Amino acid sequence: MPMTYRQALAAALAAEMEADPSVFVFGLDVPDHKRIFGSTEGLLERFGPNRCFGTPLSEEAMTGVALGAAISGLRPVHVHIRADFMLLATNQIVNMVSNLRYMSGGKLRVPLVIRAVIGRGWGQSAQHSKSMHGVFAHFPGLKVVLPSTPQDAYSLLRASVRENNPVIFLEHRWLYDVAGEVDPELPASLGEPAVLRQGKALTVVAASWMTVEAMKAAEVLSRRGVELEVVDVRTVAPLGEKAILDSVRKTRRCIVADYDWTFCGFSAELAAMISQRCFGHLQSPVERLGFAHVPCPTTRPLENLFYPSAMGIIRMAERMLGLPESDLSQETFYSYENNFKGPF
Amino acid sequence: MLPKTSELISDKAAGSNGDALLSRDETLRLYRKLLLARLCEEKIQQEYAKNEMKTPVHLGIGQEAIPVGVCHALPKDTQAFGTYRNHALYLAMTDDTDGFFGEIYGKSTGPGKGKAGSMHISCPDKGLIATSAVVATTIPVAVGAALAARYQKQDRLTVVFLGDGALEEGVFWESLNFACLHQLKILFVCEDNGLAIHTPSDRRQGFRSVQEAVQPFRCHVAGGNGSDLMEVVRATRSMLGRMAEDSKPGFLHFSYFRFLEHVGIREDFSAGYRRKPTPEELERLDPVIQFERKGFSSEKEGAQERAKIRAELTGKVDRSVRQAREASFAPMAELYTDLFA
Repeated sequence: MPMTYRQALAAALAAEMEADPSVFVFGLDVPDHKRIFGSTEGLLERFGPNRCFGTPLSEEAMTGVALGAAISGLRPVHVHIRADFMLLATNQIVNMVSNLRYMSGGKLRVPLVIRAVIGRGWGQSAQHSKSMHGVFAHFPGLKVVLPSTPQDAYSLLRASVRENNPVIFLEHRWLYDVAGEVDPELPASLGEPAVLRQGKALTVVAASWMTVEAMKAAEVLSRRGVELEVVDVRTVAPLGEKAILDSVRKTRRCIVADYDWTFCGFSAELAAMISQRCFGHLQSPVERLGFAHVPCPTTRPLENLFYPSAMGIIRMAERMLGLPESDLSQETFYSYENNFKGPF
Repeated sequence: MLPKTSELISDKAAGSNGDALLSRDETLRLYRKLLLARLCEEKIQQEYAKNEMKTPVHLGIGQEAIPVGVCHALPKDTQAFGTYRNHALYLAMTDDTDGFFGEIYGKSTGPGKGKAGSMHISCPDKGLIATSAVVATTIPVAVGAALAARYQKQDRLTVVFLGDGALEEGVFWESLNFACLHQLKILFVCEDNGLAIHTPSDRRQGFRSVQEAVQPFRCHVAGGNGSDLMEVVRATRSMLGRMAEDSKPGFLHFSYFRFLEHVGIREDFSAGYRRKPTPEELERLDPVIQFERKGFSSEKEGAQERAKIRAELTGKVDRSVRQAREASFAPMAELYTDLFA
């Protein structure tokens, strides 16, 4: 059935809450009239305030509360309207949530989902725009998921709620309006990248919103006879290495298009892994795209420079393939003025 | 400077078993638990120099009466959370010296197979769900366990032990606020030794007293002399009674005196950050000596039984240490197990 990404998130939560009474959803603003951009729509009415509730402004304690509930046999879903606010809970996430099973010698189980929205658009600036999937994947004991389609939002959220381990689930704000077909019966498991488009010229391994940019770049280059292969990592931890390596061994060239800073980031991890494991196959060094190494600026012209884009992927691919720069003046690239109505 | 000494050495509870707070049988059971904690830690002091226990130890000599007394008063299915000064709590909850020394020696026989060590030792099967080496970090987790009990419509009590330093962490107030907002069935137990590592409370805390600071929240607040086992039992029972009456969370504040350095096996009075108490003061601050005096009506009364208990426990501790030293380390493959379920 057709659904937007936001509807898919709400539907996945409702399906899991229906299937398992131990699932509950909580966090700042979760039950208010805006319902986390619609992603918790209908849960309060259907499941009541014991299973869908708001919290004090206490990110660290609420993360500890989620952990305490998880080790007591419940399946909490804790929601942050901005991933940046999760930093207030870093101590719980990194010192407790990720460690507790290991420190207990395997006696405790932590089925906990932390949902967080990655902001962009309308001047979200430096404190409402971080993604941090690489940061959290760095810590052993955490799983990190970044769905980029309505189907994945649905299937991977359901799979994450059913996980018996902590999952950081990161949702890009611009994806909320993306509509697509969702098959509720289609199973998904963490650690399986998706090849979104087949191509022979070059592999673009993308994460989160960069998947959308990579698909746009592939479409533009396809009209010029260059076929990109686009691989959506979908989960950073666990990382499905095989699908990525298979693709790069086939195309022999790779761009890692990450939605984060490149320095010490997930793109560096991917580039290192691909370079090492595909060394004999590569025709050129693995290239990377990511945020400019500054805090995210508010004003639009600078913000445009800050973010990696389809245009950036196209130019990088052309350089790697030894092609002249094509004329892109007639192309329409994604612009949030057209698609993003806010608020936020 | 000897923080809160006046409070600690008050004599108000002297000879206080006259009101038959404890049955004879209970007195002996309590004494057994109190002494077990002390003997285990004295054993660590004796053995530590051999460098076989490769785990930092935060010994609780002086603290024992608080976990022992609180745990004694708790209902059976209580879930407990603790700090890194957790040996007496672990032993009070489990009575398991084999597992305890197994973990301290880093062996596969420890409840965490050596992955936990002293600072994170726990035994969820026996109700000690987790302990932690970062101040205040188990507090919200305990609140979450209390929320789960409410959610699951269970009457289970949760207790969380915290030090006085935890009150300077934001997450304590966040957690207390949430527990009071939702009126969860949780008991906070503050084990107050007046020191955060080497810094006394009056150089850290901008509030007049711990109990006064917590008082404005919708919970019951009480306290007592944590060096006095009977007072701990009495205060805990009274608190549990008040909590049962109106279903509010509880906060118990017990002062005690930390006999040793923050981490390690030695006294550190020579470091100069606190005064060494006189021998008379030290006796009054020692929960084992105090209980031997106050728990029994005379010096002679129970002396034989106490000696018997001491001999039995000494044997138990020695056996566990021997066993732990001989036990194997976890196989190397264990490095990668227990990360994910």
